[in-house]
Amino acid sequence: MIIAERKDLGQIVEMLEGKERVLVAGCRSCVSICHAGGEKEVATLAEVLRLQAMNEGRELEVTEATVERQCEKEWVREIGRQVADSDIVLSLACGVGVQVMQEFYPTVMTVPGLNTSNMGAPEEQGIYMEKCGGCGDCVLHLTGGVCPVARCSKSLLNGPCGGSQDGRCEVNRDLPCGWDQIYHSLERLGRLDLLEVNIPPKNWIPSRSGGPRRIVRASIVQGNEEKRAGGGA
Amino acid sequence: MRSGSDLESTLECVRDTATTEIGPPKSAGAEHVRKKAKALKGYADAFNLTDNQTAIVRLSSLASSVVCLQEGAEPVMQMTCRDRNRIAMQSDLLGAAALGVRNVLCISGDHQTFGNQKEAKNVYDIDPVQQLMVFRQMRDLGQVWGGDVLEERPRVFLGAAANPFADPFEFRVTRLAKKINAGADFIQTQAIFDLDRFERFMAMVRERGLDQKVHILAGVIPLRSANAARYMKTKVSGMSVPDEIVDRMKGAADPKKEGVRICVETIERLKDIPGVHGVHIMAIGWEDIVPTIVQECGLMLRS
Repeated sequence: MIIAERKDLGQIVEMLEGKERVLVAGCRSCVSICHAGGEKEVATLAEVLRLQAMNEGRELEVTEATVERQCEKEWVREIGRQVADSDIVLSLACGVGVQVMQEFYPTVMTVPGLNTSNMGAPEEQGIYMEKCGGCGDCVLHLTGGVCPVARCSKSLLNGPCGGSQDGRCEVNRDLPCGWDQIYHSLERLGRLDLLEVNIPPKNWIPSRSGGPRRIVRASIVQGNEEKRAGGGA
Repeated sequence: MRSGSDLESTLECVRDTATTEIGPPKSAGAEHVRKKAKALKGYADAFNLTDNQTAIVRLSSLASSVVCLQEGAEPVMQMTCRDRNRIAMQSDLLGAAALGVRNVLCISGDHQTFGNQKEAKNVYDIDPVQQLMVFRQMRDLGQVWGGDVLEERPRVFLGAAANPFADPFEFRVTRLAKKINAGADFIQTQAIFDLDRFERFMAMVRERGLDQKVHILAGVIPLRSANAARYMKTKVSGMSVPDEIVDRMKGAADPKKEGVRICVETIERLKDIPGVHGVHIMAIGWEDIVPTIVQECGLMLRS
């Protein structure tokens, strides 16, 4: 899932400056699981904004809406009325949600209430860890299911650097060394032989070196006629 | 001979080879490098010019290597994977070779969060193993990565680093083997204080016959104070400094002398370890002491 965290309140207030009607828009998907932009967080932030405006004697009307997934226009469509009644949308979705919202409602400005961080998973309640670098060319079959691109601070593909000690990364002692985890995973799997192989320079084209990535699944793309008929999503 | 490097020919025929380091200055002043090269010339077979060491902006290792050459001292140009993608790396290798640099050390580099550009976006397009693969292809096949043919090949002696004190320990020898397979001709190790662990490492190296395939220069650092010893023990990742060393430095009437004594004793022990072909002395700002150490160890004065 996508991990995000709320921007600093001061920064949010600055983005909303001069606006009188704000729609705080959340998303029930990833950002809700990492407690950054779900229904609860929308309600809390909206209340904070109202109180702050009241204390400063400013007029501010704050409405709330949380959609199933802000990254799909079908869900974003549902809150058209509320967007139309606002001067600005403060999106508590990930960066994708913010952009889909802005594309779908091009005349009302959407601003981000969150900083989108990474693709990861909860380690335990309240702690989230990056797991995937989204490089588009998975090597997890060679590395015991632990991603060196995301989990080694230097994204090394052929083993740990000289700073790995006691299973910790040199960059921060609180961080596990990705290569230590790879080593022990392969040891448990009885596949330490995989470490002997030199992985050649990686193809980064499917990462970000080929411009924005676009995947086309031809079998389900609708033809013009189908689109006109209004079938599907 | 792959490279025409003096270091290569020395390592081929002499057992007690010595390399040392010159840290380029945090300025455009080449004089610093020139002075150090002049003073140390003859006391080592080659001089590493570090590449923005600890991720702090310094005079480039390529420029510093050329200054070194101008003084008649043979450089080992260090090149980190942190700051360059494969295009810049190959270009810099060609440039260095064109200017007469014959030794290149391939390393990942300290993470930028340690230096004075913490907010920098690092590169790590390729890692040191891949860097060696790319450079060896340029030298031996006369091709840049991807296959385009080079009219003139870079004649370079390729080096890599090994750290026997980082973890997981068992993987350290595998990683060394990978670097050798990728093209490393010589290896410089992390500074050795923990000789027991280093001996265990070398036993594993010999078991795999790796010492027959590569020249290993064992790293040493002369300590200047008990504080320095403590700092390296507790703060520098990837180092192992036994309590005994810290205690010796703490109890010493003249810590600098004691530091040199420890360094010389270490070198004497290292010389007896099969598979070790020489030493790499990292004086880190105390380069003046290198001639003393070299002389006390009965290492060469070749020039």
